[in-house]
Amino acid sequence: MPQATFRISRGDSATHGEFKDYAVEISEGMVVLDAVHLVQMVHAPDLAARWNCKAGKCGSCSAEINGMPRLMCMTRLSDLDLSVPVKIEPMKTFPRIKDLVTDVSWNFRVKEKIKKFKPRPADNADGTWNMAQRDVDRVQEFRKCIECFLCQDVCHVLRDHQKHDEFIGPRFIMWNAALEMHPLDTDDRLKELKDDNGLGYCNITKCCTKVCPEHIAITDNAIIPMKERVVDRYYDPLGWLWSKATGT
Amino acid sequence: MATEFEVYEHDVLVIGAGGAGLRAAIEAAGSCSVGVVCKSLLGKAHTVMAEGGMAASMGNVDDRDSWKVHFADTMRGGQYLNQWRMAELHAKEAPDRVRELEKWGALFDRTKDGRILQRNFGGHRYPRLAHVGDRTGLELIRTLQDHGIHQGIKFYMENTVVSLVKDGDRVVGAFGYDRERGRFKLWRAGAVVLATGGIGRAYKVTSNSWEYTGDGQALAYEAGAELMDMEFIQFHPTGMMWPPSVQGILVTEGVRGEGGILVNNQGKRFMFDDIPENYKSSTADKEEEGWRYVTGDKNARRPPELLTRDHVARCIRREVKAGRGSPHGGVFLDISWIKEKVPNAPEHIRKKLPSMYHQFKELAGIDITTEPMEVGPTTHYMMGGVRVDPDSQMTNVPGLFAAGEVAAGLHGANRLGGNSLSDLIVFGKRAGEHAAKWAKENGRGTVDQAALAAAEAASLKPFEFGGAAENPYRVQHDLQELMQDNVGIVRVEEEMKFAQDQLQLLKDRAAKVGISSHREYNPGWHTAIDLRNLLLVSEAVTMCAIERKESRGGHFRDDFPAKDEAYASFNLIVKKGEDGQMVMHRRPIPPMPDELKQVIEENK
Repeated sequence: MPQATFRISRGDSATHGEFKDYAVEISEGMVVLDAVHLVQMVHAPDLAARWNCKAGKCGSCSAEINGMPRLMCMTRLSDLDLSVPVKIEPMKTFPRIKDLVTDVSWNFRVKEKIKKFKPRPADNADGTWNMAQRDVDRVQEFRKCIECFLCQDVCHVLRDHQKHDEFIGPRFIMWNAALEMHPLDTDDRLKELKDDNGLGYCNITKCCTKVCPEHIAITDNAIIPMKERVVDRYYDPLGWLWSKATGT
Repeated sequence: MATEFEVYEHDVLVIGAGGAGLRAAIEAAGSCSVGVVCKSLLGKAHTVMAEGGMAASMGNVDDRDSWKVHFADTMRGGQYLNQWRMAELHAKEAPDRVRELEKWGALFDRTKDGRILQRNFGGHRYPRLAHVGDRTGLELIRTLQDHGIHQGIKFYMENTVVSLVKDGDRVVGAFGYDRERGRFKLWRAGAVVLATGGIGRAYKVTSNSWEYTGDGQALAYEAGAELMDMEFIQFHPTGMMWPPSVQGILVTEGVRGEGGILVNNQGKRFMFDDIPENYKSSTADKEEEGWRYVTGDKNARRPPELLTRDHVARCIRREVKAGRGSPHGGVFLDISWIKEKVPNAPEHIRKKLPSMYHQFKELAGIDITTEPMEVGPTTHYMMGGVRVDPDSQMTNVPGLFAAGEVAAGLHGANRLGGNSLSDLIVFGKRAGEHAAKWAKENGRGTVDQAALAAAEAASLKPFEFGGAAENPYRVQHDLQELMQDNVGIVRVEEEMKFAQDQLQLLKDRAAKVGISSHREYNPGWHTAIDLRNLLLVSEAVTMCAIERKESRGGHFRDDFPAKDEAYASFNLIVKKGEDGQMVMHRRPIPPMPDELKQVIEENK
């Protein structure tokens, strides 16, 4: 059977990490995660990697493959150049725990701080609501998110500038958008988006959209509309005059 | 040594963070302190893979539906081995549980008049599955997760439980370690809820994630709980067949619900060839009627592709065995044919089945809007599990509760599609409610420190043997092959007896697996620990499958291909005997009240 070499970054939080090469027998249809499993089985049982569903639905096996943030389970070997070693590294935006596993707990803390869903009173006596499909469509797009955090990984505000304390990243701007555009939600998150969540840091390079394995139009459909809403409310001169004049 | 453990205290400890675990935690958190321990990160549990929907007789699409019809469908699907009380509670409470999700932010697909849309599924008489395209599980888990993080619940992510902690007969906590550092921890709790899911990783071809290693069943068994119906495993008829690396990944029944047909290599739609007697009156006998059904004609009967999963899986196997299979050992599932019926079919398919489109496009290079998929049976779901009280979900061990796939009873011999997600929320809620009540009434109990030290020592054994010893991945691999080949979709006595012997040898090997390196995030070590659970549940499955000498639901015996009335009145139970060996007995099914019998009669 043909072989390919996988150059995997190994190390833990205390070490810088070094690349080690592993030769693996490959077969038709294999994805990078299969190769990682073979490495674990044959060469390195202690190689740390996260995975769950192996079908692109859980967002656990995020890594950087030949420098590109991707899900290992959805990257087919047939799409890679196997004449040279395939480089596999952990996500760089988050601290490494071991090998390909990173500490993504920051994301969970960020989410907790975002105001939760607050529905309007029920429309019907039995406690249900009526919503049109066209109104739920746009939010359903955001709810496809599998929280792989690849968009967070690629975003230069986090990756290069380490603004984790001031900027919540594309995933959570989109989460805000999903709540703000939810047909039933009554809360308001624009002030926090502007003041605490660093919406202004995003300069629309669309890298997040490019790496999203769910093909969500993060920038166009979530981030830009949030920026527009913030601008409309806080920076529109006519609106400012109007609110001064009317005292609203 | 035992004093060095980190110790955490809660009223209720939930093990598992899928749909059942999160729903239990949310319920309990309304009145007490709750911790949730899970092997993965939050939101990654196997629930996320559920596609088709959750069954609840809301009647939004067909107002003839009611809890009674849902109850009768569930019992018929389970071949009447279900705990009827669970099927009754499930059918009655599922609608409220689904509506509650909407209150917490879930966004289901809508009917034209703005209500929750419901779709057809195998074995359900009326369109009953609330859904979000084909990613309903993701919607469920995200809704519960995002609601749950605001309820004061403490989450212990990436932690593995190795044993339950007892005070006399009672469970008073759990003992385990964090995967990141390998440090041992004790969670003390007044009550423990198991919500750890199934056992799919005991098989080679499975739709299940790595987490499905029978942990809850094994933990409960070791703590003295009874396991029930372990012979009943659901092999989902449509898993991916090609390429090899994706074999087993689920292809949702929703494909057939939207009009997808099963075809053999001669182009014949073979499901019309064998329609079971008790489904004849509700199944279409012409293709044209089947199509009318999937497009919403209330007077039409369902196409035979939507018969129960056990039956469809066996028909596929029959075609393959007769040489009428697809090139890679399955059959063809075709949704692209609807272009004859629907304008803009490709767009319609992508909208209705987005993640199937995506999955085949990216993993197999196949465009399902223009070509058929190759599919075949895959290990999908464990109907059996820990025996629980139908109302409270408490096991026979005081203080220990179980909900979701890890628990037995609702589904009997075969589960209907869509009844799993509703199971999670109905019985998750009940488990959380009753665990909280129990914990408040009974307090914390005391912990036997010596047992903890023993559990720690046993868990660390693989490091003593070292990297040169038996490889845990190899043992797991051999176990998966053994179960796949000998206790799989079609079973015979001789093969299962062989498996029984081999399991003993695998146990010996598993006791000697070794690990190199250290405890920090070491998947080899984690696999070594999972092995004990996988072997235990495999032993239980095999023992019960040998004992049930008939074919019923998910359990099909080639040597006893017919259903046998003599086996219709009991469930098989296994538990740990006095001498530490597994023992089995038959438990008579409690008599059903007359009013429920009548419901079944009325809905025949």
